[in-house]
Order: sequence, then C-alpha cells, then structure tokens
Amino acid sequence: MKPLTIAIASGKGGTGKTTIAINLALVVPNAQYLDCDVEAPNGHLFLHSKKLTTTTVRTPLPQIDNSLCTRCGECADACKFNALAVTKQQVLVFADLCHSCGACRYVCPIDGAITEIERDIGTVINGVAEKIPTVQGLLNIGESSAVPVIKAVHEQALAAQHRILDAPPGTACAMVETVRGADYCVLVTEPTPFGLNDLALAVGVTRALGVPCGLVLNRCDVGDQTVLDYCHEQNIPVLLSIPFERSLAEAYSCGVPWVTAQPAWREQFQALWQAIERKVITA
Amino acid sequence: MKIAITSSGLNLDSAIDPKFGRCAYLTLFDTDSNTFTVTANPFQNAHGGAGTQTAQWVLNQNATVLLTGHCGPKAAAVLNAENIRVVEGVTGTVREALAQLSY
Repeated sequence: MKPLTIAIASGKGGTGKTTIAINLALVVPNAQYLDCDVEAPNGHLFLHSKKLTTTTVRTPLPQIDNSLCTRCGECADACKFNALAVTKQQVLVFADLCHSCGACRYVCPIDGAITEIERDIGTVINGVAEKIPTVQGLLNIGESSAVPVIKAVHEQALAAQHRILDAPPGTACAMVETVRGADYCVLVTEPTPFGLNDLALAVGVTRALGVPCGLVLNRCDVGDQTVLDYCHEQNIPVLLSIPFERSLAEAYSCGVPWVTAQPAWREQFQALWQAIERKVITA
Repeated sequence: MKIAITSSGLNLDSAIDPKFGRCAYLTLFDTDSNTFTVTANPFQNAHGGAGTQTAQWVLNQNATVLLTGHCGPKAAAVLNAENIRVVEGVTGTVREALAQLSY
C-alpha cells in the first residue's frame, strides 16, 4: 500500500487533535509528523523533537514605483482582498491584507510600475523525534494568513512515509489548506453541543474537499448522545472512543504521550491506524 | 465642499453608524448646494479590507471631511494620504453631526 496522508482535524479547538496526531505518529510504522497548526504548534511538547534545520517562509508583496505609476487604479480593482488603495499621489499597499496572488502586477498596464518583494512571514522547522521525522510550521506573530506557512510545511512531506498532519482548529482557510488532498481525515470531537456544532461544520468541509472522514470521540463519557446520533445519521464511523480519565490527563500534563505511558493505549492507537487503513482502502 | 458621514439609515435623522469600514450607509452632504445622497455601503460585508475600500470610496467621491464613530488604522492611512479631515467619536443623528461641524 502506498504511504498515506492523514489529517487530524476537529472544528472545535481543544478536543485533542495534537494528542491523537502524536500518539498515532508514534505507533504508525514509518510515519512523519507535520504540525500544520502554525499559529500555535504544540506537537513538539510531546514528541520532544530535536531541531535539525530552520527555513524562513517568504511570500511576495507588491511594491509600487510611484514615479512610473499613473494611479489608473487597475491594480486596486483587480485585488479581491482589498489590499490596495489609490490616492492622487500614490498607491497604498496593505501587507496584512495581501494574499500574494500577483493579480495587481498582472493587470498593471505600465511595465515595471509594480514589482514584487519577498516578505518573511514564518518559519518551518525540520526535526527528528526518536525515529520520526517532524516538521513544524510557525507563523510570525501579527501575521494574518497561515496558508503560505502551511503550504511550506506540506512541501516537506516525505513521499516514502505516512504523513500525519496535525491541523489547526476551525474550518477556515488554514484548516482547508491542511486537509485538502489528504487521503483521510480523522475528526476529533467531544460529545457536547459545541463539539457537535463544529463537527458538523468540519464534516461539511471534508465532504466539499472529497476527503473521507471518521471520528475519534474524546472524553466520550461526558456530555450527551447527540454526537453519536449525528455520526449514525451521517454514516460517519466512530474509530476510537477515549474516556475522560485522570491518568490520561496526568500523562498529557507531563508531556508524555499515552502510547508511551500506557501499553494498552499503544494497542488502541495501533487499532485506530488499522481502522484508518481499512477505511482508505474501502473509500 | 463634500462631507461623508457614516449612517445607519437613509435620511438625515438616521443615527450615525459608529463603524467606518462596515457602516450600513454612507451619506454624502454637499455644503454648496445643501443637498445629500445616501449610498448603501458596498463594502459592509467584505471578507477583509472593508476599511481600505470604504476609505477609497470616500476619496473617489472627492469628500474632504469624514464624520464617523471610529475609523481603523488602515482606513485612516488611506484617508490621511489625501489629507481628509477625519472626525471620530461622532454620535447622534446625521443632522445633529452636520449642525455641530463648523466649516
């Protein structure tokens, strides 16, 4: 079987994405762990990866030569992200709105009036944790778009290994960029109304992307039945249920992966991996 | 002289909209002819950059004064680039705001 790309996502934050992702990475033979939660990467707290290389992520930003620019406004009209404004004297560029699409430069009728400069927006750190290659994206503080850093993390994916992607919470661009193109998406949630609401949104995203999904139910013995009812209705398989247990919380709080702390959990995560493999084959 | 005012409704007795970039309506008052027009803000529901584009709209109308509640830093940068007088913290109705303005 060819190596798989598995995204661990959630919708709601704080449901256990990183916990599932790191434990899975530790039991999957020949896995690579990629932390795509670039606004708050935390997989390294559990994997204790050794840093090998750090690369800067850069993104193009238009630069206007006001001596050549005629203030025709074509660039601002073409910008779908409202990152340009035209005054009588100059064109203003708002870096935090720019998505680096290049449309302004493309439509500009004056040769050389718009050029592009490269702007640092984050870093990608390659490391190794025991035998697992790790990649961590880190968005610079104050930057608004995580997508270019997530793309840079994806570029580090190793073709010969299973890729475990730790997705950011939510269902916006950053989550979409992480999950897009994955072979399977594991959605982690908790059995609460909030968990259900955000799960349904996340399921909508995976379906729009054509990525099959299954559920890990964390703190499965709190809350209510509605998440399980929803999964049954929507034909979403429940791959693993994790109880709300003090020993698991203690291991987590010490930065110890469950599969290291408790052999029984190693078996549970191995079973989770086998279930994922079966789902990918039948999908 | 033209004055742009962020408004929550269609007439001079409508309340000032405290937001600039995502205001509901933009009133443009011409002090020479004592007439006004009201436009639904096309950028009220922009995904991002509502402020820069609403500011661009104010520039394009050749307004020289803006009366609003609060104007964000990016919108202010656009308006300042053309020396538009931005009056923030304005409350009450459009009519009351215009009456208070000395020009």
